[in-house]
Amino acid sequence: MKPAKFELESSTDLGEAVTALGRTDGFAKIVAGGQSLVPMMNLRLAQQDSLIDIRALHDLKRVALDNGQLFVGALTTHAAIEDGKIPDATNGMMQHVAHQIAYRAVRNRGTIGGSVAHADPAGDWPTALLALGAVAVIRGSGGERTMPLADFQIGAFTVALEPEEVILGFSIPELSADARWGYYKVCRKPGEFADSIGALVIDPARSYARLVLGATDGKPLILSAATADKIASSGADEFDIPAARAAITEAGASFEEYETQIHGAALSRAVKGAFAA
Amino acid sequence: MSEWGIGASLPRKEDHRFLHGRGNYVGDMRLSGMKELAFVRSPYAHARITAVHKPEGKEHLVFAAADLVGVKPMRAPSNLPGYKASDFPALAGERTRFVGETVVACIGDTRAEAEDLAQEVIVDYEELAPVVDMLEARKPESPLVHEQWGDNIALETFLDGDMTEAAEKAAITITREFRMARQAMVPMEARALIAEWDNRSDQLIVHHSTQVPHLIRNGLAEFLGLEQRQVRVIAPDVGGGFGLKTYVEPEELVACFLARKFGKPMKWIEDRREHLIADANCREHHYLITAYATDDGKILGFDAEVTVDAGAYSIYPFTNCLEAAMAGGNLPGPYDIPAYRARTFTMVSNKPPLVPYRGVARAGVCFATDMTIDAVARELGLEPHEVRIRNMVKPEQMPYTNVAKKSFESGDSPAAVRRAAGMIDVAAVRARQKAGEPDGRLIGLGFGSYTEQSAHGTSVFASWGVQMTPGFEQAGVKLTPDGGLEIRIGVQSHGQGMETTFCQVANTVLGIDPAKMTVIHGDTGQTPYSTGTYASRSMVMAGGATSRACRILAERMAKIGAHLLQCDEADVEIRDGKVIGPGGEVPMSEIGRVWYLNPEELPSDVEMGGVEAVEGYRPDPDHGTFSYSTHAAVIALDPDLGTVEVLDYVVVEDCGTMVNPMVVSGQCFGGAAQGIGTALFEESPYDDQGQPLASTFADYMMPGPTEIPNFRLEHMITPSPHTEHGIKGMGEGGTIPAPALIGNAINDALRATGAEINQTPISPRRIRAAIMAASNKEAAE
Repeated sequence: MKPAKFELESSTDLGEAVTALGRTDGFAKIVAGGQSLVPMMNLRLAQQDSLIDIRALHDLKRVALDNGQLFVGALTTHAAIEDGKIPDATNGMMQHVAHQIAYRAVRNRGTIGGSVAHADPAGDWPTALLALGAVAVIRGSGGERTMPLADFQIGAFTVALEPEEVILGFSIPELSADARWGYYKVCRKPGEFADSIGALVIDPARSYARLVLGATDGKPLILSAATADKIASSGADEFDIPAARAAITEAGASFEEYETQIHGAALSRAVKGAFAA
Repeated sequence: MSEWGIGASLPRKEDHRFLHGRGNYVGDMRLSGMKELAFVRSPYAHARITAVHKPEGKEHLVFAAADLVGVKPMRAPSNLPGYKASDFPALAGERTRFVGETVVACIGDTRAEAEDLAQEVIVDYEELAPVVDMLEARKPESPLVHEQWGDNIALETFLDGDMTEAAEKAAITITREFRMARQAMVPMEARALIAEWDNRSDQLIVHHSTQVPHLIRNGLAEFLGLEQRQVRVIAPDVGGGFGLKTYVEPEELVACFLARKFGKPMKWIEDRREHLIADANCREHHYLITAYATDDGKILGFDAEVTVDAGAYSIYPFTNCLEAAMAGGNLPGPYDIPAYRARTFTMVSNKPPLVPYRGVARAGVCFATDMTIDAVARELGLEPHEVRIRNMVKPEQMPYTNVAKKSFESGDSPAAVRRAAGMIDVAAVRARQKAGEPDGRLIGLGFGSYTEQSAHGTSVFASWGVQMTPGFEQAGVKLTPDGGLEIRIGVQSHGQGMETTFCQVANTVLGIDPAKMTVIHGDTGQTPYSTGTYASRSMVMAGGATSRACRILAERMAKIGAHLLQCDEADVEIRDGKVIGPGGEVPMSEIGRVWYLNPEELPSDVEMGGVEAVEGYRPDPDHGTFSYSTHAAVIALDPDLGTVEVLDYVVVEDCGTMVNPMVVSGQCFGGAAQGIGTALFEESPYDDQGQPLASTFADYMMPGPTEIPNFRLEHMITPSPHTEHGIKGMGEGGTIPAPALIGNAINDALRATGAEINQTPISPRRIRAAIMAASNKEAAE
C-alpha cells in the first residue's frame, strides 16, 4: 500500500498553479488536504504523475460575509468550520455538518473545496452546500466564473471543473433569523462514510425551501420544489417515512428496498429536525 | 496475599514502554542492507496459471514458484480417520485457489519499489469455476477445490446419540439454522517478519510477529529443509494476535528462502489490504439445530449438524479440522443435555484458510446453542434466563462429565446467570419494554452463557488429530548476582501482560519485588520449548511451571540461607525476598553474591544446580480447565433504520484464582468488544465468483469506542482443584457469548414484529430484511 512514484509541486501563486495544471496536459491533480486522494494513491487506485499542492495559496483561504453572502475559501478545513472560526451565516448548520465529518484527524486536514471537487456521493459538503443553495466560484486560465452547485455537480466523483480550473471557494446565501435547517446522516458508526443524508433548508425571508438527499449512487438529489414548499408551509408532521419514500419516487429516483427505506428515514428525520424545538 | 503477588492488581510493567511509544515491533526494525518484499497475488478465486512474465532486465529480483528450489509446500494433515490432506504452496505454481494467494515475490530496496516491480509482472491465468459457499460445496455437482479428492469434504465426523426418547417425550421441537459470517482478525499490527541469515551461528534468524515462536521454528525448519539448530525465531513486541499469529504463512517461507539466497535481511510487512483480502479468516460456521424440550423448557435432546467453511488449505500446525472438532465437542456448553448427536463437515472452498480465532469455534457454538435456548423460551413464553438455569449443570453435580465427554471440575453456572440477571435488572427491563420508548426504538434483553475449555492438554489435542501436541510446559528461573530474578518462558506475550503477571507468580513463591524481575519470552534461542500462546493456556501451563521452578529455587535458597544464618534449614522461611531464620535474615542479594562471587561461603553439600532451575508442568488430569460466564445486555433497536445500540452490558465470570484481577477485567472487556464486532459489524463477504468485497476499512466495519458500552463486571472465584494456585484459563472467553446474547436481545426486541435473525453480523440491512420478510408474511396470511 505505497503509492507509485509521482512529482509533488508546491504552488504559492494561484496563476502559477493554473498554468502548472495546463502544462501537465491534465495529468496533474490538485492536492489540498489529501484525505481522499492520498489513500486512493496508496491503494494505487489513483496513479498521478504529478500533484500540485495548493495549501499555500492565500486566495483560496479567504472567508468573508458581505451583503448577505458568505464566501468560504476552498482551503477552509472542516475543523475550522467545526470550531466556529468562520462567521456563522447559516444559523449553525455548517458547524453542525462539519462536526460530523469523518474523524477529527481527517477534519484537521480535509478541506471544503476538496470535498466538493472530489464529489464522493457519501461526502457531506456536496449535499449540505446544495441544500444551502451555494454557488461555486472557479478560477481558470480564462479568469473567474461562478456556477450554482446544482449545475456544478454532474454525478458520482464528477463535477463541471475543467482540467485547468481550480475552485476558489463557495458563495453561500446568509440565512435569516427565521430560517430553519435540518440535517440527518445515516452511517454505521460516527465518522463512517454516510449511507444516507437528508438535508433541508427553509428561509421564509427569501421564500427559499430545498430538500436534498445525499449519499445516493450519484450526485445529490434535489427533491421536488412542491415537496419542499409543502413542508415549508405545513411543517414536518405529515412528512413521515412513507411520505418521504413517495417523494423520492416522485423525484424520479429508484433504489432497492433497504436503500429506499434509509433514504426515506434520513429525509423524514432531517425535516423533523428542522422543526424540532 | 502480598501487595505484588497472585491476586494483586499490579499495574503492567510493559505499559511504560507501550504508553510512551517505545515498543519495538518488526516494523520499527531496520537491519543493515535490508530489502523489502511485495507479492503479486491471484486476482481469481480459482484459476490455472499458464505463464509468468517477468519484467525485462529485472528477472533477478522476481521469483515464481519454480524459483523456490528446495522449499516444500506446507502440509498440515490431521491424524483423524478419513481426513484428506492438502498442500499449501509458498508460491502458487500451477493453480491458485483463492483471491490473494501468493504467485510471485518481488524484491525492492523499499516497499514502494517492490510494489512498482510487482505491478510490472504479468501472469496469465485460465479461470476455473470457484467453490464459494460451504453448503453449495457439499453438493455433488459442485466444482472441486482439490480435484484429486473427488469432493470438497476435508473431514466428516459423527458423534452418535439416540434421539428417539427425546423426540417422543418432547412437548415442543425447535429447528433453527444459524450462520456465522466469515471475518478477519484485524490485530492492530498485521503480520510482519524480517528474515536474515547469520553466518557466525549458521542460522536463519527470523524476527517474527508471532504468538508461537517455537512452532514457527518447527515449521520453517521442516518446509525450508533446514536443521532445527539452524533456525532461531525471535518475537519482538507483537501488536495483537488473537490466533492469527499461530501458524506459518507462505510469505514467511519466501522471505526466509530469499534471505538465505541473497545474504541480505528480507522484510515483509503485511498491509491492511493484504490482511483483509489474503490473510487467514475465521468464524465461518453453519449450524442446523433441532432441540427437543418439555413444556417447562427442559431440553431433552440436541441434534446438530455443523458445517465449517475452512477455505482452500489446511494451515500449519493446527490443521483445518480444529474448528469442527471443537464445535462438535462444545455445543452442549454449560447445559445438562441428556441426548446429543452431532455431525460435522469441514468443507474446503476457494477462499483463504480459516484459522482459530480468540474463542475458537465456541463463539459459533454459543451462538447456535444459546439462541436455540431463547427460541425455546420464546416458544413457551418463559424467561430465557430461567430456561438457562433450568438446563444448566448444577454445582452439586460437580465434578461432572457431560454428554460430549467434557469434564467440568467445579463452578456454579446457574449462580452466574442469577447474578447477571440481578445486575441487568430483568424486571426493570421488562417494565421499560412494556412502557415503550419515546423515540420509537424497541428494547431487547439477551443472555449468553458458556464454558471456556482452555489450556487443553496432551490428551485433548491428540483427540483432535493435531500433530503438534503440547506436552509438559517448562519454565526457567534464575537468581542474578544482585538478587534479581530472570524468568524464561516459551510462551509469548502480545497483550496479555505476562511481563507482569509471571512476576506476580514468582513473587508469591519467592517474595522478590517484581521490579527486580525480568520475563524473557518469545525467543527460541533463550527460552524452553513451548507450543506457545493460544487456547488461554499460558498462565495455567507456563504459570504453573514458573511456580514449580520457583519452588525448587526456594529450597536451594533456603539451604544456602540457613547455612549463612547458621541455623537449621527446617527453621527458615522465604518471605519478602529474604531467607528468614529464628535469629536473623539474609536478603536474596546475599544468596546471589555468595553463589556467584563468593562460593567459598557456600555449604559443602550445596545443590550444584545452583540458583537456576528449569521445571516442567502439566495439570493432572490434563483435559483442560473450564472457566464459565454469563453475559447479558440490553439493546435499543431502531426499526426504521435497522440499527442497534448496546445500552447496558454486564459480565459475571469465574476463572478460578485471578493472578491479576485488573488484567482479567481487561481481557473480559477486550473480548466482549471483539464479540460485539462479530455480532454487529465484522464481515468478509464474497461475491459468487469468490471476489472479496471488503478490502479496506471502508467496507470492513470494526466497532469503535462509540459502539462499545461501559461494561459492568463481577467476578466469582472457584479455584480449580487440578492446577497450580487454582488458576483457570480465561483470555478468550469474553469473545464467546456476545454474538449469542446480542442476537437474543435483537430477537427479543423484534418479538412483536414476528421477525427473527440467526445470522452474523446482524447488520441494519439484515434487520430491515427480517422485518420486511415478517411483515410480508403477515400480509400474506
